[in-house]
Amino acid sequence: MKPVLLEARSVCKHFGGVRALHEVSLTIRQGEIYGLIGPNGAGKTTLFNVLTGLYSASSGAFQFAGAPLAISAPHLVAQAGIARTFQNIRLFANMTALENVMVGRHVRTHAGIIGAVLRGAATRAEEAAIQQRAVELLHYVGIADRANDLARNLPYGDQRRLEIARALATDPKLLALDEPVAGMNATETAALRVLIEGLRADGLTILLIEHDVKLVMGLCDRVAVLDYGEKIAEDVPEKVQRNPQVIEAYLGA
Amino acid sequence: MTPHRPHTPGYFVGIALVALALIALPFTLSAAGTAWVRITNLAILFVLLSLGLNIVVGYAGLLDLGYVAFYGVGAYVYALLASPHFGLHLPFWIILPIGAALAAFFGVLLGAPTLKLRGDYLAIVTLGFGEIVRIFLNNLSQPVNITNGPQGIALIDPVRLGGIGFGQSDRFFGLSFSGPMKYYYLLMLLLLLVIAVNLRLQNSRIGRAWEAIREDEMAARAVGINTTRIKLLAFAMGASFGGVAGGMFSAIQEFISPESFVLTESVMILSMVVLGGMGNIWGVIAGAVLLSFVPELLRYTVVPLQMALFKRTVIEPEVIRMLLFGLALVLMMRFRPAGLWPLRVRQREFGKQAAVK
Repeated sequence: MKPVLLEARSVCKHFGGVRALHEVSLTIRQGEIYGLIGPNGAGKTTLFNVLTGLYSASSGAFQFAGAPLAISAPHLVAQAGIARTFQNIRLFANMTALENVMVGRHVRTHAGIIGAVLRGAATRAEEAAIQQRAVELLHYVGIADRANDLARNLPYGDQRRLEIARALATDPKLLALDEPVAGMNATETAALRVLIEGLRADGLTILLIEHDVKLVMGLCDRVAVLDYGEKIAEDVPEKVQRNPQVIEAYLGA
Repeated sequence: MTPHRPHTPGYFVGIALVALALIALPFTLSAAGTAWVRITNLAILFVLLSLGLNIVVGYAGLLDLGYVAFYGVGAYVYALLASPHFGLHLPFWIILPIGAALAAFFGVLLGAPTLKLRGDYLAIVTLGFGEIVRIFLNNLSQPVNITNGPQGIALIDPVRLGGIGFGQSDRFFGLSFSGPMKYYYLLMLLLLLVIAVNLRLQNSRIGRAWEAIREDEMAARAVGINTTRIKLLAFAMGASFGGVAGGMFSAIQEFISPESFVLTESVMILSMVVLGGMGNIWGVIAGAVLLSFVPELLRYTVVPLQMALFKRTVIEPEVIRMLLFGLALVLMMRFRPAGLWPLRVRQREFGKQAAVK
């Protein structure tokens, strides 16, 4: 069995009296695609936001890549190797596609004000490397021909891909995708699925929130189901699909 | 990496012509009167200030209505360290960095408590900050006389550089250089430096991080940008330019008082940035030059024009100035909300080449 990459232990998140997450524990193994599904309002995005530091958990702990993960600020989570995309795409709209990806390299590079002003050999080399990696990533997600277009002028599907390229630029160990095919047609969905499978083939671990049950069942190695903030199942897709509790949550009793 | 652009001979000729024109400019202006050289120098100071504010407002997208405070800090640092007030007479190349550093420190002081604020909330806090600094300058004459209160500080040393005093006229190469003309060249050098710093910052890791924060702060944090640090850097950088401009202002005027650092000045500098086109340094420069010179031109034309038409002054030039200024801003926001010369869609040619292969 592959080693565990991310372990969440008894994570709770309360908003006032609302229990958005209650005692959620899950383990994501290296190199797998781990699906997180559940009806609307089940707490999937809340879990994402807790994991990536946008919310702070009411209680619980995370273990990431063999060390405790102290989630105090989003940029530290990115630093640790967790990158995410957003359910409603959040690009830097007035920057080019290439610049968007270059911003993603920020966390793995070092040049400061003085380096930028003096622009010595080291800074120039770093800039060149940032740019080269950004171009590579645009090729990887298949939108290199749009490198110099403003992010807001890209078609919807390409914006999704750009967001993934930007996340990949942070050299993540775990890529968290929040409904990556939401709003896509069948062709675009199929194409994005190929991309996600390619990411797994290249050894990346992926956490996937998705409403599209067919995509989740076909793509994921293991699936967890949230309902009213609690995990009601965690298993391989075939078993989860036959779980009576899951069927009840989705279809209603 | 610098974008590789093949320069045509025409490009270099153009640059050389602009440089020659800028070198010859003070001679032309002196012919019209030394006052015009002084006006030009003040315009360059405003260009410096606008470029500093542009880092905060244009790049990082943080609305700052108290920017003049940093100008004041730089000016008072120079005035206190080079005047009979404390009997200190340090050379300007030592004071200017001190002023810049202290202004940067004040920038961080303003930035730190406002990190979570944006837009109008930030504007109100920065406005308050600007007023606090001005009121301090006005009242720090008791119990220990630091700023000399509303009387201001007089007899400030003019710049001395390598035995050349900038306070009086000199002859070099058989040409007469007045004090303001010498300041013009010094300010131009400073301006070139500031433009170079700005351009390099814009195309850097830090510059991209500023833009990312302006575009979407939450996404910027999610890709690993320490927004706290990067915002404070923007405040500090912007403020330090204000501090340098303030120091030069002190040296040129040889007298300063808190009256020079009022809210209207902040609003004026912000108008220059917005009018020119936030984020594009050439637009910002154009905005600053325009808003510095047009009022002066009006001052010299409004009265003679009215005398010719009505044989008396019906409307004071100051009134016309504010009227036209307001009208210009309204029309601008209506027809060119992004500024006269907005940030163009940057084409990174090298990126295109690399991407197409």
